[in-house]
Amino acid sequence: MDIKLREVEYRYAAGTPFERPAITDVSFHIPSGQYVAIIGHTGSGKSTVLQHLNVLLKPLKGEIEIGSHTIAAGRKEKNLKEIRRRVGIVFQFPEHQLFEETVEKDICFGPMNFGVAENDAKNRALEAVRLVGLPEDVLKKSPFDLSGGQMRRVAIAGVLAMKPDVLVLDEPTAGLDPSGRQDIMNMFTGLQKTNGLTCVLVTHSMEDAARYADKIVIMYKGSVHRIGTPRDIFRDTDSLTSVGLNVPETVRFQQSFEKRLGRPLDKVCLTPEELAAEIGKLRGEIS
Amino acid sequence: MMEKIIFGRYLPSDSVVHQMDPRAKLLFIFAFVGIVFLANNVMTYALIGAFTFLIVFLSKVKLRFLIGGLKPVLLLVLFTFFLHVFFTKEGDILTQFGLLTIYKGGVIKGIFISLRFLLLILVTSLLTLTTPPISVTDGIESLFGPLKKIKVPVHELALMMSISLRFIPTLLDETDKIMKAQRARGADFSSGSISNRVKAIIPLLIPLFVSAFKRAEELAVAMEARGYKGGEGRTKYRILRWSMRDTMAMVFLVVLSAALFILRSY
Ligand SMILES: Nc1ncnc2c1ncn2[C@@H]1O[C@H](COP(=O)(O)OP(=O)(O)OP(=O)(O)O)[C@@H](O)[C@H]1O
Ligand SMILES: [Mg+2]
Repeated sequence: MDIKLREVEYRYAAGTPFERPAITDVSFHIPSGQYVAIIGHTGSGKSTVLQHLNVLLKPLKGEIEIGSHTIAAGRKEKNLKEIRRRVGIVFQFPEHQLFEETVEKDICFGPMNFGVAENDAKNRALEAVRLVGLPEDVLKKSPFDLSGGQMRRVAIAGVLAMKPDVLVLDEPTAGLDPSGRQDIMNMFTGLQKTNGLTCVLVTHSMEDAARYADKIVIMYKGSVHRIGTPRDIFRDTDSLTSVGLNVPETVRFQQSFEKRLGRPLDKVCLTPEELAAEIGKLRGEIS
Repeated sequence: MMEKIIFGRYLPSDSVVHQMDPRAKLLFIFAFVGIVFLANNVMTYALIGAFTFLIVFLSKVKLRFLIGGLKPVLLLVLFTFFLHVFFTKEGDILTQFGLLTIYKGGVIKGIFISLRFLLLILVTSLLTLTTPPISVTDGIESLFGPLKKIKVPVHELALMMSISLRFIPTLLDETDKIMKAQRARGADFSSGSISNRVKAIIPLLIPLFVSAFKRAEELAVAMEARGYKGGEGRTKYRILRWSMRDTMAMVFLVVLSAALFILRSY
């Protein structure tokens, strides 16, 4: 399902003395089946943009096309439930949304709201729990007896069980242990590659953006600063640092390597594996 | 939605009302609560109403915003109004349909009581809108200070109050966040039958309680870790200063009460 944002503007608490602009003139395209990363300094409006993707917030100006629905400022939209089923959002710190007596019931909450029968929902819960790498016996536990990382996984499973077409992730791995982070990130890419799921990821990790994304959107002070492929974006490191972002470690390594070498490599490498292969190619030339 | 609620919020500004000593504002409110009950006829209500709007004007808080924020309590006001309209049997009969008889006295009483209610809410909302929660508590602690002599834990009570005031906006933000998260999972808070709506609140209330308790615990630990020990010997960063402005406000209040006393017997 394609999502297109056109000149979207949003202000919090509009019409009160607490009014504050959050995003202005945001336009970009999330093509079906792609992995789009949104990066930007804290407070740049990333989470605000995400909440527009399933109409939790409505634009005050501009419009959003979500599949066959168009959400425009000042217009009533009826099929919100349909949109919310198809666009699943995992919020920042999603563990705060858990409320049921058992993990299983909590994961079933989403699917059952969207009309999935109880038995079906339970099967989905089992499947989702496996996907996020938890043992099956957590299903019968209370979500409040779990560790922070386990709660996070349960919350993610709760959204996966809705079987959305578009999965929107707001810093899903912040605060997880490094190997757990990698497992979860790989699981998302797996779903994207095999099931054709569209992924939208907000992250502060340039490494993750470089490794997983097909397309990167940089937000800066509530507007879109740049859009491009990871190679385009990370080639131009000055533009990156000018909006307060880091350069991925691999790219930094490559740059100092190129300085020593005296000439640039063939391409900007996005992962350590890619860089190793590229450097490997040089061995023949040098000796 | 949550952002429309004004009770307990502070709206920074540099108006005269903002600059008043919190003790003066508190005394003012205590007195005002009493004075409102002096009003009993058109004249007195007009006077006290005009006076309230003068304060709103001085506080530089936009009237439209204040009235918007009053909407949640409007239901309660309307309820009181109709209660009086239907159950007061005084004065001439206005209309009569079925068992219901509406008397002129009832309507007048309804209007007066609702007005009284609204004025009280307006003025108390103004207190929190123009005074940072910390100052409110400082004021209360200072006013009730003498009670420490008879072993009333004034400081602790004041602290409790300031913590609750401080966390009202936080809780509202939190409610908004959890509501959004559950909506994203298909929860519907705004349609369906009453019993469905009540059920829909559970996924909101439980996470809210959990996080409130967690927050309270963390706050307690953080205070302890920093060696907090209230009351005796604790110095203050903000020192309250009573100024001419505050005395003037008190004088004004006395004049107002006197005027109301005279006018109420007309
Ligand atoms: N509920 C809210 N009420 C009022 N203002 C808000 C609210 N949420 C966000 N804002 C403001 O909107 C702006 C953008 O916030 P947003 O949460 O979208 O940033 P972000 O890019 O997600 O930041 P972070 O990386 O820290 O999560 C900020 O200035 C923020 O203060
Ligand atoms: Mg955010």
